[in-house]
Amino acid sequence: MNVSFTLNGKAVSVDVDGQTPLLWVVRDVLGMKGTKFGCGKAACGACTLHVDGDAIRSCSYAVQFAEGKKVTTIEGLSTDEKIHPVQQAWMEEIVPQCGYCQPGFMMATAALLEKIPNPTDEDIDNNIANICRCGTYYRMRKAIHRAAEIQQNSNS
Amino acid sequence: MSNTENSNETPKRTFSRRKFLLRASIGAGVMIGVGYFGCNPMRRSLAGMAEEAALGYDNKFDAIAWFEVTADNDIILHSPKVEMGQGIFTGMAQLVAEELGVSIGKIKVVHASSMNRPVDPRSTGGSDTISGLWVPLRELSVKMRVMLLENASKILGVATSSLSIGDGVISGGDKSISFGEIVSQATEWNEPKKITLKSKKDFKVIGKAIPRVDLEPKVMGDPIFGIDAEMPDMHYGVIVRPPKIDTVFESADFSKAESMPGVIKVVQESDFVGVIAKSKTQANLAAQAIEVKWKTNKVWEQKDIEEIIKVGKGKPVEIQKSGSPKRILNGDDVITSEYSSPIGAHAHLEPNGAVAFVEKDKAIIKISTQVPKFTRTEVAKTLDLKEEQVEIQPTFLGGGFGRRLHTPNAMQAALLSKAVGKPVHVFFSRKDEFQHDTFRPPTHHVLKGKLGENGLIEAIEHHVSSGDVAFGSVLFPQALENVFGADVGAWRGGMIQYRAIPNFSATSWRVKLPFATSWWRSLGLLANTFAIESFIDELADKAGKDPVEFRLAQIKDDERGRRLKAVIEAAAKKGEWGKKMPEGRAQGFAASTDANTPVAQVVEVSVENNQIKVHKVTCAIDPGMAINPDGIKAQCEGAIIMGISASMFEKMEVKNGALTPTIYGAYKMARMRHAPKEIDVVILEGADKPSGVGEPPLGPIGAAIANAVFKLTGKRLRDMPFKLT
Repeated sequence: MNVSFTLNGKAVSVDVDGQTPLLWVVRDVLGMKGTKFGCGKAACGACTLHVDGDAIRSCSYAVQFAEGKKVTTIEGLSTDEKIHPVQQAWMEEIVPQCGYCQPGFMMATAALLEKIPNPTDEDIDNNIANICRCGTYYRMRKAIHRAAEIQQNSNS
Repeated sequence: MSNTENSNETPKRTFSRRKFLLRASIGAGVMIGVGYFGCNPMRRSLAGMAEEAALGYDNKFDAIAWFEVTADNDIILHSPKVEMGQGIFTGMAQLVAEELGVSIGKIKVVHASSMNRPVDPRSTGGSDTISGLWVPLRELSVKMRVMLLENASKILGVATSSLSIGDGVISGGDKSISFGEIVSQATEWNEPKKITLKSKKDFKVIGKAIPRVDLEPKVMGDPIFGIDAEMPDMHYGVIVRPPKIDTVFESADFSKAESMPGVIKVVQESDFVGVIAKSKTQANLAAQAIEVKWKTNKVWEQKDIEEIIKVGKGKPVEIQKSGSPKRILNGDDVITSEYSSPIGAHAHLEPNGAVAFVEKDKAIIKISTQVPKFTRTEVAKTLDLKEEQVEIQPTFLGGGFGRRLHTPNAMQAALLSKAVGKPVHVFFSRKDEFQHDTFRPPTHHVLKGKLGENGLIEAIEHHVSSGDVAFGSVLFPQALENVFGADVGAWRGGMIQYRAIPNFSATSWRVKLPFATSWWRSLGLLANTFAIESFIDELADKAGKDPVEFRLAQIKDDERGRRLKAVIEAAAKKGEWGKKMPEGRAQGFAASTDANTPVAQVVEVSVENNQIKVHKVTCAIDPGMAINPDGIKAQCEGAIIMGISASMFEKMEVKNGALTPTIYGAYKMARMRHAPKEIDVVILEGADKPSGVGEPPLGPIGAAIANAVFKLTGKRLRDMPFKLT
């Protein structure tokens, strides 16, 4: 079937089986490799991207449901003029180690900050449930607080 | 500004200019621009150096070259070691920048292709990259600097003594020449005979907490991993693997799969079936439609495994002995304790796989591997090609942890590609990743100890039973098994480190398991340290002594002992050992030495509703010399959290003949909420050269938590993962 949506601000149209996970359409058909495969069962969060602003685990989200929606991946998180506060904070806190799970965490964090601009530690614990094997959680927590600070400063 | 609709109309991203430079050079092994070292004299010269500098690198082909100069006058370092998060690209860039005399921003590190670039003779692992390259890589860098200066001198007609090296340019008097120009004009590269390395007091880059050099591509989500690799007209493959252990392939009916949409071919090999299709989803669907007949020799259960892993079974080898522990460890006052650890999965996020393109006389494999050389050998053998016809292009690894020291996936991808004559992208499913891991072997420990009249340990012995770690691995030839006797991986961390104890010994019992076990970050260190350091606490408790004082009193006064003592004292001091704790919290302590790096940790834990929570960890580490303090801190933080995860949550079991569970969540791991809110790392520099960092901080954490829980609840945790009920 034909599915049309916007990917990082650009209109795209693909001809695939509607049941195909959005993850594979984004990666293999549209060539955006920043969104990662981890488990295929929505259990690890490596494939997190935004659909109409919500954090979605794209390995378990059929592409047909993206019809007419706005899809944002890590490649589109920053605008052309301005690095996104989450990515800025991730740079400042030197979060990544192997780096593979990080796009999923950053996308989950960006969505969290839209809903809770200044999350507490408890908010972070309850909302950021992805898996990082290198164990960068300690720096991620600092980076999430820092991102909230950057975002609030830029809004004020 | 927040209008994302319009944002993509602006063509230039001002913040990420550096990113595109990085992309251009990191990419998929693309050489950009003009004027890089391609000339044979340079290559031969560097190859000679590599040999002379005793790097131990494979010099079968004449064109080994570590360095390349780009049109932007950047220096590319072709790293034979792979980056899996441990931060070695940054450490290596610091060594090169220091001795070349350029800023860190001018050094780009990429993974060396196995074609015409340095190939690591063994592996990236064992926490030995920086310690192993500490002298040779700096020597290569000095030679590079001297040769650049000499050629600049010839071209400019200025004496080398009047020249100085800057960021990509050499200048002297009123003249200057860029690195790129030197390379394109120089006709001879004469290897300097005598070189001098900088002394520590002159270091400007080494020892600095420089942000990791791969930070930006990793934050921006660049396509740098094996699974991201693409080739033109690429197809997707799926391998069908046995559903149980101790099982062999018999036959397969794939008539249905062959006619499914998008399917190009189904391939049957001696031990597996593979499907190649136009898309990954089509390949997956077709794989599910293949009916395979497997023959299972025995349907194994967890109790069978637990019966095997017992001290007293299998083959014992004494790996350490001092005094006469056996003679003394008799009588009623001998304290005996048992401990155990479970089967552990690697659970790294990027699944194993490869992108392969096999043609008549050559093969290209893009892959996350810790062993490019062995991957090449295996692929060449499988395809009946010569090694020099196989190019391995290593990528960044989405986690290594020892999982990528075995790469049969490269051979499988190569066979699928050969069958269709197209590039094929083949990756494990998560279920396969869990079921067909090369697991951390389960262990069983028996410790015996006896206190002397002075309240210190008079005799102690440690027995560990473990499945194989090093034995059976491509990295460890079978012939060496008899030489070594005991599995060097299984007993890592298994020796007694308090060598002022008059009588001590350690014995490793080897047993064979019916599934693959192998390297897992720090190998036996986590489990062995959990057992020994818990037992030391038991003895301290029995002796009525403070656990830290008890340890310090039994350390031998030699170099190793002094460094261990220093980290124990530093951790106790920074972690405020013995301070009054709030109600419901307690401290625990443990220490270990691994890869020549001693580590001590103080943890603060609480227990609520029978759940252990780790609030704070203070970690003192002595990596000899700190190349990058921030990188060392990151490794300590990560190892601590991985150790918390393995000690408190993780466990694989054999059920109905298969390893289970097969998905995250069911395989419980530490998440954000389980990570300590405070991790305080103290770095000591107790030597004049660097030692390992990636694995050593994983040692003490399990024992430290168990010791804190004992203090808090009186309950001694003897089995990982920890359970209070």
